[in-house]
Amino acid sequence: MNVTVEIERRDSDPVRPEWACPLCKQPARLAEVRADLMVCPHCGFHLRISARERIRQLVDEGTFRELWTSVLTLDPLKFTDLETYPERVREAQAKTGLSEAILTGTAAIDGTQCVLAVMDFGFMGGSMGSVVGEKLWRSAELAAAEDLPLVAVCSSGGARMQEGILSLMQMAKTSCAVDLINEAKSPFVTILADPCTGGVVASFATLADICIAEPGAQLYFTGPRVIAETTHEILPEGFGSAERNLQLGHLDAVVARKDLRVRVGNYLRLLGGGEEPDRVTTTGGRERGKGGMAQTAFGRAKALAAYARRPFVGGDREAAGEAERPAAREPSP
Amino acid sequence: MTVEIARHRGRPRTRDYIGYLIEGFEELRGDRLRADDPAIVGGLGWFRGRAVLVVGHQKGRTLDEQEVHSWGMAKPEGYRKAQRLFALAERHGLPVLTFVDTPGAYPGVAAEEGGQARAIAETMLGMARLSVPVIATVIGEGGSGGALALAVADRVLMQENATYSVITPEGCAAILWRDAAFAPQAAEALKPTASHLFELGVVERVVGEPLGGAHHNPEAAAASLGEAIAEALAELDGIAPRERRRRRRERFQRLGRWSDPELPPGTLSLFGGYTAG
Ligand SMILES: [Zn+2]
Repeated sequence: MNVTVEIERRDSDPVRPEWACPLCKQPARLAEVRADLMVCPHCGFHLRISARERIRQLVDEGTFRELWTSVLTLDPLKFTDLETYPERVREAQAKTGLSEAILTGTAAIDGTQCVLAVMDFGFMGGSMGSVVGEKLWRSAELAAAEDLPLVAVCSSGGARMQEGILSLMQMAKTSCAVDLINEAKSPFVTILADPCTGGVVASFATLADICIAEPGAQLYFTGPRVIAETTHEILPEGFGSAERNLQLGHLDAVVARKDLRVRVGNYLRLLGGGEEPDRVTTTGGRERGKGGMAQTAFGRAKALAAYARRPFVGGDREAAGEAERPAAREPSP
Repeated sequence: MTVEIARHRGRPRTRDYIGYLIEGFEELRGDRLRADDPAIVGGLGWFRGRAVLVVGHQKGRTLDEQEVHSWGMAKPEGYRKAQRLFALAERHGLPVLTFVDTPGAYPGVAAEEGGQARAIAETMLGMARLSVPVIATVIGEGGSGGALALAVADRVLMQENATYSVITPEGCAAILWRDAAFAPQAAEALKPTASHLFELGVVERVVGEPLGGAHHNPEAAAASLGEAIAEALAELDGIAPRERRRRRRERFQRLGRWSDPELPPGTLSLFGGYTAG
């Protein structure tokens, strides 16, 4: 009993907060867990991380340039369940500091320039609505136009029900986006993080050239609860886990978080084809290509930013329907 | 309520419409990998004198039939059958007609572990790639990704009393209201009706049904549907094959609503996106 009290006290200590693994229940210092990229130092359990944290871990320092922040959510169905849709969006914005469930932009991963799309499960369960679909589309189009690889980190509960049929259409839209990058022969790599389910795993997430997942990630189209309710089947051990999906042939690899940057970097170089780049590796945490590689990455980043910020041309294509008023406010800071 | 007509036991199914609209139908079975899924029927036949590929979800009518066809809920082998048939149509330049009628993809362990997610995704991508004309018609229940997998088409038609939705009202209520009993409220909020989907641009045309629903006069319902399909096909014939694929992509690119203050309202961006802001 005394021990418990002591742990509770330490828990509330703001200087050195105690942390307990949700899986193995063992305590650790939060700083230590952070240093391990939010992976339990005892059992290797991969905690869910935000899109910003993901980008910090995955890309070469300071190379991420966010694009299309101005694309914001509307409420086309005037949807209300227990709350209105705009209310739910505003709450998610306040909670995450993001405007929507996806961040998009350009970045370098282990020295290779790419277009990057990262979903955030914390924003309404990472659900895919019109904004996620559009930002994914623009990412694919930029990758195709600039002959760059597209890397997507997928974590989602599925379609954004509050956008009704339009959320379903994002499955088709993002699949069409894959057709676009396939046609342009731009490499496409997806990283599935816990959880990746429903409409996202049944569209662009599994259509990549290379599709990998983090250890322990739950991946399925139909969840265990729905299966149990409808078919009353007994689920096999490890149903839906990344490891079981690997065994069943649905993934190229299961890759630990600490290895993602280097592994994805390798994939991008290999899918880029041609001869092995002359790569000088330095020791230490941040290995990256020297000379030509890094220079090119920098030059490309500048050119890309310019490309993506070109003035938009309206009216040269057929006019689209009536204007609607934005439902959601600006993202909270 | 519409959902009830869409789910009506007597409502004409894919095979009924094949019977009315397609002459000399030759069913083609199997995914060429491991199985044949009776929840999806496919084959070749003559539509108004023209060779076409037909693929559709098949629900049963009697209890026994329904069980054989898994209530129109396809498994990965069903979607892979559809994929191989789409590829066949592409090779031989045959227009593709699909009929959508499913509560959703089959929710079982074997289906999941057999790659349901990727099977659906790949079917959509397979349809996106086609250069032949593709016309999809929602004839009953258009349920979620399992339905959409057969509807990445140049033209999507929908019968007046059919429904098309991201999730069943029951499923939506269970998640958002935390109680399936709120299904009527969820159905109201999801607006899965043909008229609303037409307003949103998700379907190009609402096809009329006989008074009270297609089951009151299947022959008349089929005649209206045949007319609508023929007109859509004539339109698509006027478009070059490569152009069809590009425009099909653009069609789905436009399906969404968002605001983008950096763009003038109601325009397509350089990236082609449709802004309603
Ligand atoms: Zn642990």
